[in-house]
Amino acid sequence: MILLLQYTLIFASVLLLVALGGCFSEHGGVINIGLEGIMVMGALGGALTMKYLPADMPAAVVILIVILACAVVGMLFSLLLGVAAIRFNADQTLVGTALNLLGPAAAVVLVRAINMAEDANNVSSTVAYGTAKKAFTTNIGSFELNWFMLVALLVLIASYIVLYKTRFGLRLCACGEHPQAADSVGINVYKMRYAGVLISGALGGLGGLVYITAGVSEWKFETGVAGFGFLALAVMIFGQWKPINIALAALLFGLFRALSNVYTGFDALVALNLPSTVYNMLPYIISLIVLVFVSGKSKAPKAEGIPYDKGQR
Amino acid sequence: MQTDRKRESLLRNSGVQTIIGSLLCIAIGLLIGYVVLLIINPAGAGGAIAAILKNYFYYPSHVAVMKYLGTTLVKASALLVCSLSVLFAWKVGLFNIGVAGQYVIGAGASLYCALGLGLPWYVCLIAAMVCAALVGGISGALKAYFNVNEVISCIMLNWIGLYSVNMLLNTVKEQTTPYTKTLESANSSALLPNIGLDKVFSNNEFVTVGIVFAVLAAIIVWVLLDRTKFGFELKATGLNKHAAKYCGMREKRNIILAMMISGALAGLGAAVFFLCGIEQWMVQMTSIPAMGFNGIAAAFLGGSHPIGAIFSSYFIQHITSGGSYVDKTMYVAQISDLISAFIIYLCGFVFFFKGWLGRLLDKRDEKRAAAQEKGGKAQ
Repeated sequence: MILLLQYTLIFASVLLLVALGGCFSEHGGVINIGLEGIMVMGALGGALTMKYLPADMPAAVVILIVILACAVVGMLFSLLLGVAAIRFNADQTLVGTALNLLGPAAAVVLVRAINMAEDANNVSSTVAYGTAKKAFTTNIGSFELNWFMLVALLVLIASYIVLYKTRFGLRLCACGEHPQAADSVGINVYKMRYAGVLISGALGGLGGLVYITAGVSEWKFETGVAGFGFLALAVMIFGQWKPINIALAALLFGLFRALSNVYTGFDALVALNLPSTVYNMLPYIISLIVLVFVSGKSKAPKAEGIPYDKGQR
Repeated sequence: MQTDRKRESLLRNSGVQTIIGSLLCIAIGLLIGYVVLLIINPAGAGGAIAAILKNYFYYPSHVAVMKYLGTTLVKASALLVCSLSVLFAWKVGLFNIGVAGQYVIGAGASLYCALGLGLPWYVCLIAAMVCAALVGGISGALKAYFNVNEVISCIMLNWIGLYSVNMLLNTVKEQTTPYTKTLESANSSALLPNIGLDKVFSNNEFVTVGIVFAVLAAIIVWVLLDRTKFGFELKATGLNKHAAKYCGMREKRNIILAMMISGALAGLGAAVFFLCGIEQWMVQMTSIPAMGFNGIAAAFLGGSHPIGAIFSSYFIQHITSGGSYVDKTMYVAQISDLISAFIIYLCGFVFFFKGWLGRLLDKRDEKRAAAQEKGGKAQ
């Protein structure tokens, strides 16, 4: 039971971080389908940092450096979307899809190049994090607390305050609802949209790192992040673009995702005698069903996906 | 003067602009790939790019070149049908990222009919198309009736499809390996007929009627979209579904039908690939096959035109296959994936490029007109 709680919380943290990232980007008016690719790149940045960090650093410093590394890599990668979508009016869905292909391909090429440079016979795309990963967890009884659960909670509170209680957040939302109106009162729509995309890059990158460090001590980058970026988008839609609702949705999805890892521990579930594949499918099936019920009265930002054209009325 | 004007009107032609844009995407994509290779290891970068572009010309003998040209064509034909699937939905205003999942479903249906039920090839082919069309139809119906974003529902269906197909094909796999049985040993009537094409390509038994089907599909899609009332209705729905409804078109039916046809095409792609026996399905697959996603690349690189897709899918497959000829002691084959991913990314800029070219031409015209006016006054 504690194991289920632990897995639920860690997967929910991943989904929460990435979905909040998507939330910022979409409130600014840019659809970020590329979150999956951003997660992979952020994870790569974090994993490589962990690999090269000296072993005897204090835990808090390790966590800070790693968070910084994956956030920066995620932001840089998300700039590809930002520049194309905001400066060049490119189709956001197309560019986002390109990021999703670009992220894993670039990660595999990079990791293999590094591995081959270290040892000519090592052609794997695996990064081992070494000892740095120990800094991320601490035990409370038999519950293994991952510090990133706390980080996710802090990000959630911060997102709520930023989006609803600050000038920046309200202006950001204005740019996603009616950019022309926002512009007419002196808000720089382009800058706000860049800010939204960059925040989503940072949070997406962080989420990617949390995903690959949850449970395992090395990651094979050919696997990517198994559709978690898209699950996060489903969480965001289910949460109706509101941080608190997103958090609840993330918990629900995290629970179903965790079930596939630990269902063997529950006699009632084992007695059902379902193949493990069914549990793997469960999060995706649930999200599909959930989307059917919530998409009808969608609270999506009105101007999302539409490139901002100053001359348009 | 006369020839000058002609050249200019050619540059203003939207099709020509698209072709220039696509060629630029390819050039810049290859350049970026070259730079990445330079960063990894400057010694062999030139050779590696050459190997990717040469692909089967790597072999010195004519026989081998023809044989591997055949293999590339087989893979390119599957890719072509996948890209048709993407562009068909795109013309109707839908982004069918689920082409990968529909492809997986098509593979599952065709292989199960062939290996599990022992049916002949044409039944397997139709089964693949029907099953994939149904899955595409789910996304379409969710979009039409529940306003579910088709990109998200397609992604979810991709994963559901992958896990279900793994489960289904687990029943027809070989005892000792994770691969499905070969069609040759289990049911040779499910192999697509060669119709003599294998002789052309140095007895490459994988070259089948599938290539013909793929090209035919491109032509049919082109005619359907550009020359029929149904195609017009579909495109009108894509441009503005409210206007289409106002004009008496059944916009919900059109959306669902478009996704079903798109799905059927993806299923056909899987059938022409797996029913020629070139590859077996690995039932422990944990990632979605790249074919569908490459189809997206091919569709946009071809200017989302069916005939353009023929050339672009050949090109994408050419460099993807070429990736396996790079020097493995220095580089990895995935460099081709990186290049094609960059090419899709750059395709996003084609629209901007067209606008920029148009403005440039306008400026030149203005200048020329002004110069002529001045000249006239001087006289």
